[in-house]
Amino acid sequence: MTTRREFIAGAAAGLAGLTSCGGISPGGVAEDVGIWNLHCHLYGLPGKSGRERVASALAFADRLGIRRLIFFMGMEVGVPSPSPEDLRRYNDECIEAIAPWHPRVLGFVYLDPSRVDSSLKELDRCVRDGPMVGVKLWVSRPCSETALDPIVRRAAELKVPVYQHTWLKAGGNPPGESTPFDVMELAARHPRATLICGHAGGDWELGIRAIRTAENVILELAGFDPTAGVVEMAVRELGPARIVAGSDTGGRSFASQIAKVVGAHVPESTKRLILGGNLRRLLKPALEARGIPA
Amino acid sequence: MIVDVNVSLSRWPFRRLRGDETPELVEMLRQRGVRQAWVSSFDGLLHKDMAGVNERLAAECRQRGEGILVPFGSVNPRLPDWEEDLRRCAEEHRMPGIRLHPNYHGCAPGDPAFARLLRAAAQRKLVVQIALKMEDERTHHPLLRVPPVDASRLHELIPSIAGLRLVVLNGTGLLSRGLLSKLAAAGAFFDIAMLEGVGGVARLADQVGVERILFGSHFPLFTWEAARLKVAESGLDPSRERAILSENARRLLGGR
Repeated sequence: MTTRREFIAGAAAGLAGLTSCGGISPGGVAEDVGIWNLHCHLYGLPGKSGRERVASALAFADRLGIRRLIFFMGMEVGVPSPSPEDLRRYNDECIEAIAPWHPRVLGFVYLDPSRVDSSLKELDRCVRDGPMVGVKLWVSRPCSETALDPIVRRAAELKVPVYQHTWLKAGGNPPGESTPFDVMELAARHPRATLICGHAGGDWELGIRAIRTAENVILELAGFDPTAGVVEMAVRELGPARIVAGSDTGGRSFASQIAKVVGAHVPESTKRLILGGNLRRLLKPALEARGIPA
Repeated sequence: MIVDVNVSLSRWPFRRLRGDETPELVEMLRQRGVRQAWVSSFDGLLHKDMAGVNERLAAECRQRGEGILVPFGSVNPRLPDWEEDLRRCAEEHRMPGIRLHPNYHGCAPGDPAFARLLRAAAQRKLVVQIALKMEDERTHHPLLRVPPVDASRLHELIPSIAGLRLVVLNGTGLLSRGLLSKLAAAGAFFDIAMLEGVGGVARLADQVGVERILFGSHFPLFTWEAARLKVAESGLDPSRERAILSENARRLLGGR
């Protein structure tokens, strides 16, 4: 078996990845390199209650030295067209589940762009007046549609980022599922908003190219296979400040997802930005407004 | 000491990769504690001159493998005289196993030609690796979309072939819980390259038995650290971790 010393030292020859990231190793080592993980879900995690599921996520995160988790959505994936009551329940489930560990564990409010009025109320309830620090949009309609502008405008006023799931699927996207091109249209209308292009568009060689010109669009690395090269290309095309790590846990593992960064051939300082520094910067206004050290 | 059972040489057809030159790949594996890597060639997916693919693979392992690389040849049972490819793998190149890509070769496990190949490989005492997919089909090139292997009847084939040692690669994120159990009961082994979900390796061990799990990274197409961190994330006790990282694979290969 590889000992911890061997694994971290990994031959003095400058083991790319694990050592250069510092502190990610087997055996429960958790040297604090400030890893934040953007994209966690309650569903798919071990445990019956929401709190049990967050506790189990933290146990796994601790093994990899992940300091902070951000959850969104409720106990289930949810229905295709959630009612305002459904949305409220999902957000309540998330707030309740993360409460014991707040602010180590944070949450984004989950909003349906097909229901703008109720979503605006939910945004105020959970972010302006509540503990949540960002917005996650449901995939009910492409985010390029102008109907959801009031939500994005309000999020920008509250200085919180908006997370949009995106994919570019070889077989075509289902109706309502956004692509990075949709995010670009939204970004052009809202230059003051911070938009997170989720999953890097899935087909990341296309997704990265699609968002190159929009400085307010951030690439997120969660929820696709740990294909080598994604971080290197993203850094080359977007610069190190526009990329954030995430996991899409529990459908995915923390391990496979942060490995994209840990194993990348980029400077250590860049890895630290992607693993935590950039997200810390994006959330700083919302955290400071709540008296939480960023 | 790590034995990585899922590594590939040569060029991925759609992207250049760090590690697609053998000396660099060997160096990266050594730095990560890999002492043995079972390697096939990306060329085996689409090339028709499979004898040439395997000859280059064997030469590359011998000349640049630094004692780490163990060649696993490619055989396509749709090609004329594939039996000669298999013979050369075993007799001329002294390979301990082969790696199959039934979806890229258009020969599903239910096809009689596929069964004949498995039988012939078992008679030559070759380990047989079957890669169920190479990448997420949602990200395929639009003009080259290759569905994953339909492995729903594979478990029925295994017991009918005496001496077959079968490793399923890139399948643990694809196979249902029930099918994993049936394959394990039939004697199959599994790598972890496409395993997902938190604590996935520990969960898989509970489902199929720790003795059936092999460390496979799908490097260099996947970042190698993904497989290693998945083992770390699962928090296995040292003996189970050792089994997955190296001992199971060494036993399967007869102590090599």
